[in-house]
Amino acid sequence: MIFMREVQMDLISGEKLEKMTSMEKVRLILDKVKTGRIVVLESGLTPDEEVRLIEMTMTEIRVDEFSGIEIESYPSKKEGSFLDKLFGKALKGRMTVIGPANQIRTIEKDKYQIITKVSVGD
Amino acid sequence: MGFISGFKESLGGWIKRIFKKKRAKIGLYGPPNAGKTTLANRIVHDWDEDDSFGEVSPIPHETRRAMRKEGVVIDANGSSIELDIVDTPGMATKIDFKEFMAYGLSEMEAKKRAKEATEGVIEAIKWLDDLDGVLLVMDSTEDPYTQVNVTVIGNMEARKLPLLIVANKMDLPNASPARIKAAFPQHAMVPISALEGLNIDELYQAIATHFG
Repeated sequence: MIFMREVQMDLISGEKLEKMTSMEKVRLILDKVKTGRIVVLESGLTPDEEVRLIEMTMTEIRVDEFSGIEIESYPSKKEGSFLDKLFGKALKGRMTVIGPANQIRTIEKDKYQIITKVSVGD
Repeated sequence: MGFISGFKESLGGWIKRIFKKKRAKIGLYGPPNAGKTTLANRIVHDWDEDDSFGEVSPIPHETRRAMRKEGVVIDANGSSIELDIVDTPGMATKIDFKEFMAYGLSEMEAKKRAKEATEGVIEAIKWLDDLDGVLLVMDSTEDPYTQVNVTVIGNMEARKLPLLIVANKMDLPNASPARIKAAFPQHAMVPISALEGLNIDELYQAIATHFG
């Protein structure tokens, strides 16, 4: 008999992310990842939100419970109008995948693609 | 008396501003085991004739507290720059104590190291708010597309602060500084070996140009 285990994957739209504050995004991601889900963000996080996520992750690491996250995104892309660039708003987050460190592993990553492997726990 | 001492203080401050050297507070960032402390030790040894920054080890997260050295004067390109150098703990998104046990640490030592390493990562992040520039140290034998590298570069770009990529460990046979350059072509990169001192003068020239 073959037993199949499932992994839940949550794909979060850019529109939803746009309406959230940085702290709400970080909390949402960590709450999902700590329950074993893989989260894909359509529009990613800003560089500042990425460090806040890493910082919050560090405070929540617990021996034998949660060893952290695997997060992969592409380098930020400069876009926007002249005024956006002038006021530093031109750095746009890009698609990002985040999962529990013990379940997701990056196989290959370059400028154009991210290949990850998700393992199913016991 | 208040007037005279006040006058002396303002005169002293004025003279200091006119004649002071260019000064910058620079953070050494990068993933664990990229060679940040080895490079910090090299810089201090070459320019300060003082003791070293800290211990180095093959076990990841040897540096778990940020260390600062003030007033390291580097002379290169005919100019002089005074640096406050901050050697930060390795940045990571995950820390598993079992990884340290693979290096021979006892379970208790490994758990203690993991706890301190998480605090170190937070400390490294906090330092980002208080720097004038970053030397991002990468291991040139490893894949440069790590999230730590992407995140540090993204933050420096967003803050509009100068960044210099140091492709370390160029002495190793499988080193590929070209791969790092291809990954982040928009930033200056200097290949070095902090351990062997290879190409280190080129790095000092780049530091003087970038942060001076």
